Amino acid sequence: MRLTLRQRQVLWAYAFLSVALVFFVIIRWYPALLSFNIAFRDWNTFKGAGPWVGLDNYAAIWDDLWKPRSDVRAAFTNTIGYVLYGVPAQMVLALAVALLLDRIRVLSTLFRVAYFAPYVTSAVAVAFVWNWLYLPQTGLLAQVFDLLRIPEQPFTKSPDQALASIAAVAVWQTLGYSVIIYLAGIKQIPATYYEAARIDGAAGVRLFRHITLPLLNPVIVYLTVLSTISFLRLFALVQNMSPQGTGGPLKSTTTVVLEVYRKGFSSYDMGYAAALTVVLFFVILLITVVQLRFLTRRFEY
Amino acid sequence: MKTPRLMWILGCLTVALLGLVACVAPGMPDAAEPMAEAEPEMVEIEYWQYNFEARVLAMDRLIEMFEAENPNIKVVHNSDVPYAEYRDKIAASVPAGVGPDVATLFYGWQTVWLDADYLVPLPEDAFPTAMIDDEFSPLVQASFVDGTLYTIPTAVRALAMFYNKDLMANAGLDPESPPTTLDELASQAAACTVRADNGDYEVQGFVVDLAAQDHHWFREVLVRQFGGEPFSADGQSVTWNSEAGQQAWDYLLKFKTELETGDRDLFDGSTQAFLAGRACFHIDGSFRLGTIANNAPDLNFGVVELPSHNGVQSTFGSYWTHGITQKGASDPARLDAAVKFLQFVTSDEAGSIWVDMVGELPARLNAGSDPELLADPKLGAFAAGLAYAQATFFVNESDQRQALIDAYDMVVLGGEDPNAALDIAAETVQDILDAHYSQ
Repeated sequence: MRLTLRQRQVLWAYAFLSVALVFFVIIRWYPALLSFNIAFRDWNTFKGAGPWVGLDNYAAIWDDLWKPRSDVRAAFTNTIGYVLYGVPAQMVLALAVALLLDRIRVLSTLFRVAYFAPYVTSAVAVAFVWNWLYLPQTGLLAQVFDLLRIPEQPFTKSPDQALASIAAVAVWQTLGYSVIIYLAGIKQIPATYYEAARIDGAAGVRLFRHITLPLLNPVIVYLTVLSTISFLRLFALVQNMSPQGTGGPLKSTTTVVLEVYRKGFSSYDMGYAAALTVVLFFVILLITVVQLRFLTRRFEY
Repeated sequence: MKTPRLMWILGCLTVALLGLVACVAPGMPDAAEPMAEAEPEMVEIEYWQYNFEARVLAMDRLIEMFEAENPNIKVVHNSDVPYAEYRDKIAASVPAGVGPDVATLFYGWQTVWLDADYLVPLPEDAFPTAMIDDEFSPLVQASFVDGTLYTIPTAVRALAMFYNKDLMANAGLDPESPPTTLDELASQAAACTVRADNGDYEVQGFVVDLAAQDHHWFREVLVRQFGGEPFSADGQSVTWNSEAGQQAWDYLLKFKTELETGDRDLFDGSTQAFLAGRACFHIDGSFRLGTIANNAPDLNFGVVELPSHNGVQSTFGSYWTHGITQKGASDPARLDAAVKFLQFVTSDEAGSIWVDMVGELPARLNAGSDPELLADPKLGAFAAGLAYAQATFFVNESDQRQALIDAYDMVVLGGEDPNAALDIAAETVQDILDAHYSQ
């Protein structure tokens, strides 16, 4: 069989790509598909495959959702809380930082690195450092508050503040990624638009409202979808910042993914845990489709 | 068009991939390949315990001795997993077909592990019931289920009260007369507490930390001392929210809500606070002696029996125990090696080494009643406690503990009525018990 040079190149490309494909198929897709099967079974983590129970696991989740003190109810409520706190904060802060970074010339690389660094830091390391910062009485924040004569705050130790405290860390950690994407988007906007608008007498906020913001729409949609998904899947920070990794105090910080983990590996009910992941999958799918449908706008210039 | 050929190649690749996927179906891998019979066969068994420095060092020593006696058995010691993840890692190891042949578990987890068929019964000929009854601490009876023994411990422990002599002296208390009653504990803890002008704790008198040992103290000690029983006689009903339970609960809460003698969120919990010389009194098990010896050797402390109340003396007795897993029992040679290993680590000799290195008292009465041990100024309080120690039969230790932690948080963080919070916890635990006994 004689192949042309181009065909051989393409073949090689596929050969290399297939390595990643094999990885994805075995490590990600196969277990993900398997979880759909597990969700229909009474599956004890220790015992492995159990009998087919149809929709029993889903029915159990549905029941738990309406019990006032159930873990799953708290997990869904909190997860919505994380999205509502986290996504808008992240979108606004990242845009502000990106606009500022776009202005400066001196040391701009240093600043970009500084904002991006948390994103490439392990969530566990981030959680530990923030645990120390939040520490009552001896933590840095407590000491700063003392200096400023502001009452010390309990942060993650109080059911009222814990969720917001962890959401803030999540925003801080992933801000850098959004900033970089925003920056790229801002650079894409042709300078001529601004020049033309200035000649017409527009300035400041109006330039931002009528040029920057509309032209950033695709970037905003992309980032909203992505950051919503990342907040819906919050796990490592909560596991490492709540007491004994239980999503406390008083279930105030637990998330759906944390409950998946706890049901599967602490309560050994893998069937229930798998059903919960399937539910989360469809929730994410639904929210993403809705966001793409309603946030995407077309502008004519 | 050249595409069809490319498509064909891609198609082949996909089929090959799917084939590969089909191969990785889950299942237990085969046991180690049988080796030639002629040579003395080497058997390797894997032993797991969670990471607790003193226990790891002691077990290393025991394994070394065991291997010297049994040159054909090799014990792989995995002690890298931290306490918080130990059970999760064990659970994850099972579907993967790996994990321990012999595992050490808290006796309170045994029910959950048996419900999952994870442990196999210990062979009667190696561990006769009569021998356990005669030679082991009565606490070990909790390892029998319907007359079948599933696990066996090296050591047992009881709770006692640690006190920091220097901090007591600084507060003008006599370091040689630590509290002997609950009332004295309350007054001395209050006297020993030192707070800065801004309210920060410099020295905590006594820190209630239900995530540590204090949930046991509540159930098996305080409730009894206030005249109640933690569970009904058949163990199937929660009774620690009775009137006596409520009084015990109020006493426990008082340290935080009225006396303000400490806060478990400071200094990384009550245990660390005591180790760091930031707490005067602390309730803990004898295993903490090993921790202190390794991590805070200069701490000037003493140990006394838990304070009494209404003339009632009680303590919580418990143990970490060893069991053989399904994986360990899946091959006769390994099962045999595992049984020999268990016999060795539960011998008199092992118990004596264990108490020296870890501070937990030998589960064998013979080694545990050593007069030298009973006269030891630190271990004596624990040894004395074993005589009246009570062990809780747990269906699910971690969930039962969490229910009490949540009840405490409801009151302290959420402003809930103490009795209402206790009732909610009792209801949660009753559901756990009902689910187990209805199976």
